Amino acid sequence: MEAENIITTEELTKRFAGFTAVDAISFNVKKGEIFGFLGANGAGKTTAMRMLCGLSKPTSGKATIAGADVYKQTEQIKKSIGYMSQKFSLYEDLTVKENIRFYGGIYGKTNAFIKEKTAFLLHQLNIENEADKLVASLPLGWKQKLAFSVAIFHEPQIVFLDEPTGGVDPVTRREFWNLIYQASERGITIFVTTHYMDEAEYCNRVSIMVDGKIEALDTPRGLKETYNATTMDDVFLQLARKATRADV
Amino acid sequence: MSAVSVNKLTKLYHTKKERVKAVEEVSFEVSKGELFGIIGPDGAGKTSLFRMLTTLLLPDGGSATVDGSDIVKDVKAIRKKVGYMPGRFSLYQDLTVQENLDFFATIFNTTVIENYDLIKDIYVQIEPFKTRRAGKLSGGMKQKLALCCALIHRPVVLFLDEPTTGVDAVSRKEFWDMLKRLKDQAITILVSTPYMDEAALCDRVALMQTGRILSTGTPTSIISSFASNLFTVKAEKMYPLLCDLEAWDGARDSYSFGEFHHVILNAQYDVGQLRTYLDSKAHSNVEIHTTQPNIEDCFMQLMQN
Repeated sequence: MEAENIITTEELTKRFAGFTAVDAISFNVKKGEIFGFLGANGAGKTTAMRMLCGLSKPTSGKATIAGADVYKQTEQIKKSIGYMSQKFSLYEDLTVKENIRFYGGIYGKTNAFIKEKTAFLLHQLNIENEADKLVASLPLGWKQKLAFSVAIFHEPQIVFLDEPTGGVDPVTRREFWNLIYQASERGITIFVTTHYMDEAEYCNRVSIMVDGKIEALDTPRGLKETYNATTMDDVFLQLARKATRADV
Repeated sequence: MSAVSVNKLTKLYHTKKERVKAVEEVSFEVSKGELFGIIGPDGAGKTSLFRMLTTLLLPDGGSATVDGSDIVKDVKAIRKKVGYMPGRFSLYQDLTVQENLDFFATIFNTTVIENYDLIKDIYVQIEPFKTRRAGKLSGGMKQKLALCCALIHRPVVLFLDEPTTGVDAVSRKEFWDMLKRLKDQAITILVSTPYMDEAALCDRVALMQTGRILSTGTPTSIISSFASNLFTVKAEKMYPLLCDLEAWDGARDSYSFGEFHHVILNAQYDVGQLRTYLDSKAHSNVEIHTTQPNIEDCFMQLMQN
């Protein structure tokens, strides 16, 4: 059976004064899919993601996130998604446990749920001994793994990851991706941006944005075949070089 | 004489509870005209190291010289000789492109015209925006302006702290092309990066992790000292494949690597046994190839030793 579409977009557009940041993008993401959302700096990825998260109203076009409309049902969207970025994810001056408790509370989870899930999460990440330490004192890689687990703590249907592994060491980067695979196996849809082209290979499908448009969308294998390339890096360079829009 | 000579350099940070060794007895030499890479993730100590070498931070142990000058005793001499581009954009946001450049030239008692040949290739790319305030530039443009400002006094040694972090693959490639051209001008360049694949673009590299240098050498020499039988493996279902590889006694290590998984076999195992094992786990479309390790493979092995 074909999996249902959890994200649908049709001609989704965002214009700022005289500038089309996102130009009529149309694509679907299936439930449980790991979807890589690539593009050069300034291609429009962040603007597109903000619309999909219900944080920015589109200028035109349509989109639904887990069945909710991006114009009218933004509160419903926020409940059904998780979000994590490289820049901000956790409160540094709260402990590991306090951060989890905080996010659980924000999403209206019961104390019993939070307690049980916290124990599971600490065990899964093997950080039981760090539970009462300030997040500031953790190594970056641990922070990022914790941030991901917190982002899916409320069992969202989709999690948006904005360059989650920047600057992370290669071993931890892979541990991070194992967490992504596990979440995906549980049916959580993963929507991820990255500058690491080897990570593009870990996605089921990848889209590449150029000048506000989606120029290519396929499996990594399909993209490499289409662009007669041996690596995703090569595919990306071929497409991104076509950009005419100045990186503004 | 080496352009940069570092001997057991150490930097400690004290917090209320603990003492953190940001840089721990680090030693290496950089020859004149070399493009030398410090490769390591966040927290490796790259920035602390660069700040000591540019006299912005005092070491807690060890010594170092830059172009023959001591980093503790000859502070003024070093500041005249080095160019430094910090990881965080540090130019004056409310001065224009041109004003920033003039400012840094004047500070160093020189003029933009005097050294224009050195920055010309880079500057022409931002020239159309020369009356724009630096704070209003895009990431790529800021980076180019910062490089121009770091070069405008014609430094002997150039320090670039993570110039390509957060930059897309196209701009990264352009930036490395610029560095190659600077190298032709006989400027010694030290560049730090968390991107392992950029190691291959350096003459020599130091791999760094949590304050220590794991290995130093040319990318080729580091790779050739990697004594393991490494294979790439692929199958229809990649995540279950990885789980099965991790559970197998024959694999000393296994991890995902782009399109394939990398597997390092234990000494007494061979590729035939690997294939038999994967068949027994009912994987379909199994592909196994021998492969050359790259710097990232080496880094991961060194990290775990």
